[in-house]
Amino acid sequence: MGTVLFDEPGPAGKQRNAAVTVIGLAFVAFLAYVAVKRLDDSGQFEARRWEWIQYEGIQRNLLRGLGATLKAFVLAAALSLVLGMVLAVGRLSSRSVVRWPATAVVTVFRALPVVVLMFFPYLGAKPLLGTSIPLLWCVVFGLTLYNGSVLAEIFRAGVLAVPDGQSEAAAAIGLTRGQSLRIVLFPQAVRAMLPTIISQLVVVLKDTALGFVIGYQELLFEGQSITDESRFGRPIIPVAIVVGAVYVLACSLLSILATRIERRGGAVHRKPGGFAEGIPPIEPATLAD
Amino acid sequence: MDVIVDNADKFWVGMQTTLTLTAASALVAIVLGVLLAAFRVSPVPSLRIPAAGFVNLMQNLPLTVLFFLVVFGAPKVDIRGTSYWTRAVIALGLYTAGFVCEVVRSGINTVSPGQAEAARAIGLGFTQNLRLIILPQALRSVVGPMASTLIALVKNTSVAVGFAVLELTSVVNQLNETGDAVPGLFGVALCYLILILAMSWAFEVLERKVAFRRWAPSCSTSRDRPASSGTPP
Repeated sequence: MGTVLFDEPGPAGKQRNAAVTVIGLAFVAFLAYVAVKRLDDSGQFEARRWEWIQYEGIQRNLLRGLGATLKAFVLAAALSLVLGMVLAVGRLSSRSVVRWPATAVVTVFRALPVVVLMFFPYLGAKPLLGTSIPLLWCVVFGLTLYNGSVLAEIFRAGVLAVPDGQSEAAAAIGLTRGQSLRIVLFPQAVRAMLPTIISQLVVVLKDTALGFVIGYQELLFEGQSITDESRFGRPIIPVAIVVGAVYVLACSLLSILATRIERRGGAVHRKPGGFAEGIPPIEPATLAD
Repeated sequence: MDVIVDNADKFWVGMQTTLTLTAASALVAIVLGVLLAAFRVSPVPSLRIPAAGFVNLMQNLPLTVLFFLVVFGAPKVDIRGTSYWTRAVIALGLYTAGFVCEVVRSGINTVSPGQAEAARAIGLGFTQNLRLIILPQALRSVVGPMASTLIALVKNTSVAVGFAVLELTSVVNQLNETGDAVPGLFGVALCYLILILAMSWAFEVLERKVAFRRWAPSCSTSRDRPASSGTPP
């Protein structure tokens, strides 16, 4: 525990900490007891409410839902990365004709809820284009515009964090601004920002569940269709637990990947002078872990 | 344009619901979030571990699933007499609390260790240290990231449209019934834009107001201000 917030406890402190530990444990146990008792009293643990897990048809539907979730995730993640790249380049451009529209797009789409962005093709395509758009693409559209704009800011921050010497050196050997971005700045920016980029991809994965609101048949939607069946006692809580666990598992795997990369120091650490060093700097003491 | 003016009352009601949802769940989230942050840096593992677990759960669980659990699940466990609005506030409050906790914790990280050491040297205990020395400085330095979290909360209230709460986004659905989806979409988007740009402007003013000069000794953390708080929820 490298914390400076409290002293190494003495005899009295140890006793007090032990007392708080007991109270803390009792409190957590109490909360757990109340929750479990309430679930039990209302029959949430009855076998009939969990039977559906054994049905092959239902398993297949849930897997199809998971597939739909992953499909939306992969498409939206790939397109957001591309859009983010393009918008970041636009925002970094030295020409104001390019910079201003890119800035406007990033500002607007970051300020709108993803649900509203999904509603545009969902409800607006028919009156505007005369044809409806498949729900998958409505979901991907909303996710891409929002996350693309957020990723653009991440890429931009990464490029701006690369030491000036790098772009100066690139200019000195005769690279154009575009070449310098592509060959010199972006690779370093992406490396430095990799943990943040992956965290944003976790947001994309989580937000695919918003497709539920417009009726895209993803995991939660397939789960909900089970809760319509009265023979299983309309198992809303069991379904929410199972579906939630799948999402938490999937997102945690991505998050763990981000932490791993962060720990290993995805970025090559640099001295202010701009010389690459393979050795990470000694972190100053921090208060919390 | 006419459609928007003619339905101004619907937009107004939606806007009010979005604002009350935001205010109520922000209150829940900030109180719970600061408490969780205090737990997470406390010397007692039985407080630290559950708080960390809760935060991890909130960061990896889609808000829509939490809404589904709270809004549709509450009547199933015989919690009755709560409106859809109240249940939406609970879902949003719990969800946002996890993110507020991390913002506050990152703020605690930016306070220079010398402050905490000095507090210990004059005999302050953990709670006194946190309450009198660390948190006042930490909270001031996280106005920016906190603003992003609360702005994300405003946008997250739109999930309630799928759970029978007539907030701003639901105006699109209401207008769609009369075939006016397109003006509804643009009207709603405009409302969110105004709301969120106004909020970020207000928070920028606030950030300047509470900003303070930190005379960091050389041994302290190199950054006075927290770096970007990572990704908004």
